[in-house]
Amino acid sequence: MNAVPLEYFLTVAGVLFTIGAIGFLLRRNLLVLLMSIELMLNAVNLTLVAFNRIHPQNHAGQIFAFFIIVVAAAEAAIGLAIVLSFFRVRKTVRSDDADLLRN
Amino acid sequence: MKLDNLETIFFAICTLLVLIGGVYTVAAKNPIRGAMGLLGAILGIAGMYLLLAAELLAAIQVVVYAGAVVVLFLFVIMLIGPSSTGTTDARGALGRYFGAACFALVSVGALYVVMRFGGQTLSKMPEPPAGMGTIEVVGREIFSEQVVAFQISGVLLLIAVVGAMAVARGKHGGEMLLPPITGTVDPTRKSVSADLAGHASVPEPQLTKSEVKS
Repeated sequence: MNAVPLEYFLTVAGVLFTIGAIGFLLRRNLLVLLMSIELMLNAVNLTLVAFNRIHPQNHAGQIFAFFIIVVAAAEAAIGLAIVLSFFRVRKTVRSDDADLLRN
Repeated sequence: MKLDNLETIFFAICTLLVLIGGVYTVAAKNPIRGAMGLLGAILGIAGMYLLLAAELLAAIQVVVYAGAVVVLFLFVIMLIGPSSTGTTDARGALGRYFGAACFALVSVGALYVVMRFGGQTLSKMPEPPAGMGTIEVVGREIFSEQVVAFQISGVLLLIAVVGAMAVARGKHGGEMLLPPITGTVDPTRKSVSADLAGHASVPEPQLTKSEVKS
């Protein structure tokens, strides 16, 4: 299980993080914003696990990724609850309409 | 030699899944299609975890992300209904595109610098120790060295569940606090709060008016 070099995984993770960040910056649908955050968290997890694979003395990277998955699940639940609450108030899920503090 | 070829092919398939899924997540107009793209990306990353000798994490990735988070997204999208597909609005588009272009340029530049000036040889993965990433070894480490963090993450999940329920339920059983944005809402549609609360919802505005009059 060591045919693929480390750099390939890191490149995939970097490209995935870039896709997620660009989506987070470009889209204005709150649900898509949350999905972009999940993409970025997954890219970081992939980086951690790949580095753990090349330094296999302990499992620090994998356990770090495990806790990141826990936090990401909590974040998704809270974020979706906020989106639902926002939709109930404003009848929309566009992030541009969250402008109560604007004027 | 044969196994190495198989691994490379598997890695290529996972990469395709991850990249196509990621682009689809970001670019899809309909959020349900976006959630399907997210599912593809997550499954591809689970496959990469298998290549990286992290079997427990691959299983957790499939169970937690594909089984829980994506399904939660789908529930919310279907609860919100057709208005979850955002309308186009040019307001502030220039700043958004500028920010995204800056980020993309920096990323491409970083990738170029690493590829051009980094080491000339790819770093080969060492042979993994026996049992790396299996549920037994990782579980032993989580329950011995990281047990405090593990317990705290349990508390965090409990708080998240309670907080999500409190936030999604609303203060007054889901009473509408603001008038909806005009033009984006169907006037014949009843308020979602009434749909959500069902028969538990009290007609509060009329009640308070009559109380004020009397």
